[in-house]
Amino acid sequence: MAVAIVLLLVAVASVLFHLFSPWWWTPIASNWSYIDHTITLTFWITGAVFSAVVVFMAYCVFRFRHKEGRQAAYNPENKKLEWWLSIGTAIGVAAMLAPGLVVWHQFVTVPAGAAEVEVMGQQWMWSYRLPGKDGRLGTSDARNISSDNPMGLNSDDPNGQDDVVIQNDDLHLPIGKPVKVLLRSIDVLHDFYVPEFRAKMDMIPGSVTYYWFTPTRTGTFEVLCAELCGAAHAQMRSKVIVEEEKDYHAWLDKQKTYAELAAARNVAKAAYKMGSE
Amino acid sequence: MVDIPFDTIAGIPPAEVGEVELYHPKSWWTRYVFSQDAKVIAIQYSITAMAIGMVALVLSWLMRLQLGFPGTFSFIDPNQYLQFITMHGMIMVIYLLTALFLGGFGNYLIPLMVGARDMVFPYVNMLSYWVYLLAVVVLASTFFVPGGPTGAGWTLYPPQAILSGTPGQDWGIIFMLTSLILFIIGFTMGGLNYVVTVLQARTRGMTLMRLPLTVWGIFTATVMALLAFPALFVASVMLLLDRLLGTSFFMPTLVEMGQLTKYGGGSPILFQHLFWFFGHPEVYIVALPAFGIISDLISVHARKNIFGYRMMVWAIVAIGALSFVVWAHHMYVSGMHPYFGFFFATTTLIIAIPTAIKVYNWVLTLWRGDIHLTVPMLFALAFIITFVNGGLTGLFLGNVVVDVPLSDTMFVVAHFHMVMGIAPIMAVFGGIYHWYPKVTGRMLNEALGRFHFWVSFLGAYAVFFPMHYLGLLGMPRRYHDIGETAFVPASAHDLNAFMSVAALIVGFAQLVFLFNLIWSLFKGREAGGNPWGAASLEWQTPQTPPGHGNWGKELPLVYRWAYDYSVPGATRDFVPQNEPPAGSLAQGAQP
Repeated sequence: MAVAIVLLLVAVASVLFHLFSPWWWTPIASNWSYIDHTITLTFWITGAVFSAVVVFMAYCVFRFRHKEGRQAAYNPENKKLEWWLSIGTAIGVAAMLAPGLVVWHQFVTVPAGAAEVEVMGQQWMWSYRLPGKDGRLGTSDARNISSDNPMGLNSDDPNGQDDVVIQNDDLHLPIGKPVKVLLRSIDVLHDFYVPEFRAKMDMIPGSVTYYWFTPTRTGTFEVLCAELCGAAHAQMRSKVIVEEEKDYHAWLDKQKTYAELAAARNVAKAAYKMGSE
Repeated sequence: MVDIPFDTIAGIPPAEVGEVELYHPKSWWTRYVFSQDAKVIAIQYSITAMAIGMVALVLSWLMRLQLGFPGTFSFIDPNQYLQFITMHGMIMVIYLLTALFLGGFGNYLIPLMVGARDMVFPYVNMLSYWVYLLAVVVLASTFFVPGGPTGAGWTLYPPQAILSGTPGQDWGIIFMLTSLILFIIGFTMGGLNYVVTVLQARTRGMTLMRLPLTVWGIFTATVMALLAFPALFVASVMLLLDRLLGTSFFMPTLVEMGQLTKYGGGSPILFQHLFWFFGHPEVYIVALPAFGIISDLISVHARKNIFGYRMMVWAIVAIGALSFVVWAHHMYVSGMHPYFGFFFATTTLIIAIPTAIKVYNWVLTLWRGDIHLTVPMLFALAFIITFVNGGLTGLFLGNVVVDVPLSDTMFVVAHFHMVMGIAPIMAVFGGIYHWYPKVTGRMLNEALGRFHFWVSFLGAYAVFFPMHYLGLLGMPRRYHDIGETAFVPASAHDLNAFMSVAALIVGFAQLVFLFNLIWSLFKGREAGGNPWGAASLEWQTPQTPPGHGNWGKELPLVYRWAYDYSVPGATRDFVPQNEPPAGSLAQGAQP
């Protein structure tokens, strides 16, 4: 009896916890509310199955617990019941899988007009790069990395000269514009993760990965690293600021291009050299 | 359905098997230390696994102290936290659960359940244990090498596993990979034994479709392990070469702390594919023996045949086969080609069907049973609840797009602890309470057992059920301290503190269990040969604990499946597998 009640309480408490828990997903700030809907659907289906199984177990323990003289039934199989349960399960699984795959198709299909932004991870900081006026990002290579060229851009690539380079600072994005983030790393695996955007993807040295989303809400959002990257993994933070178009352009105009930064460094170097002579 | 229980093989003369094939120990050393008896090897495996498991348990306390009360315990720094999670995960998954289910339960139960005198290759079986012990010693020694154990996470993903930003890069990772290689060598020796014994050494009448589901679970898991572990083996060897000789199997051109390394041309994703080609079957290598054990516990303690035996067998085999084509569901956000997601999400969710069948058949076995709420039965009930819970959250993570926000968060941690931590451990405990009388001849203390059960089950549930919601909130895993993060409310820290307190209580309850194991060895109630009234063969041995060679002069002759409980018209509520049918001419069975 006590056991049956505790089993029942486990089911009830789990459902109540789900309904009244203050810990829930962050308010969404991207177009991926489809993902949230799929999660909600999955919660409904799995929650129903969980409750049904546990309540049924509690009932069995209550109803069929050992008493003097009770004899268990002898029924090795029931083909019909087993098939119906299998078919019912298959339907439940399909009801979760089908919408999931549809949304996944959206997730991996980048819209044609998406703006590109590069995010680069390294132990333990984030850097960003935006294509300049030409709308194209220049190529890069880990072999080019030096203190003068921390993102490893190819200096002889004309596309890269006007790229906007953002280091040790926040990334700004305009609201309502689809953006494709190109992800790369120069040392270990990282993962560009903003909970409010719902999307994440690992960054792998030697390749470029991506995902896309459309920011739907202005605000400041925290960037975390979601793939273990060594001792300071938890401290690898940055911010993404989503703002109105005109604020975004005001910010963009103040940023330096790769060529400007390189020139400034050369001037500084020359001055240092002259000073030391 | 009638063709399972009641076909008879009347008239077959008893099998008198000479004992010449068995190695007989000549000294204390060969009887208890370098023993070739599977039962002794099983106990050696179990004690070693539980001993190293205690280390992993203590590590989990340290992790929970850090997570629940960040900054309070100054002796835990971020590096150590990473070392704790790595060692905790690796020990629990491989050195505890795999070793305990296959090396412990497998060694003890397979020969007894199939009616064999011993494993078919006793000497190799002995070697298997000693190589395993060596692997454990190498693993444990990493706590004492310069730089400490590796902190690369139990997945050991390169490049970070072998670069200097990760703790344990000097020695820890080398020892870890060496230990894994040794473990796999040792396991392969044991695993071949289990497979060949099940296929070749079954006693007469013991057809495959009369095997207890425990044997089916362990057998299938072993076949899977023999196919899956080689992937980890080669991955470990290649990573070791990358670390020691500077090869670049998994290492592309990259920068280490601002300096260009000489690595180039390798693929970090390749390691992940190899790791998870092993890693996903590994989940079922742990789960299938648990499935089998739970099936038997429920059947025995509900005094009812397992419902849908044939479906249960096919479900085990189907799960085993399917689990080899789902591995990349651990890699949805790894940067592999996104179209893989369609395939792996589909295969992953298909596995839910045979798995659900198993759950249905367990609860339908309870239906109209005669449920004895013994300690093993309680653990079996807890297994079903935690396994269903963890299995259902697997449907979130397996459904590729749902995985995107949840992967690498505490949701994943909660999911896999529920489904392959708590649930299999419940099966282990249930199994130990169930078979301890056969192993020692004495019962475990019932009151201590109930205390151990309630604290472990409810406590573990209180740790891991709420943890899902922290993951839903977006809290990443493998953070020693979430710190000041805008989206994390203060209440989440309170929840973390609560979970830590619960985890510590659960941890200490395990000491009660250990005490019970030792105390009952001397003071436990005498069990007799078959205290639960079980029908399967291991309970029908002439001696308890079974002697060397398991059976007397004659091997048992099997007439029926292992689940003849509450058969209408029978004199008792169970009919042992080796009891001749009424009116049969056969004389071979034990009385």
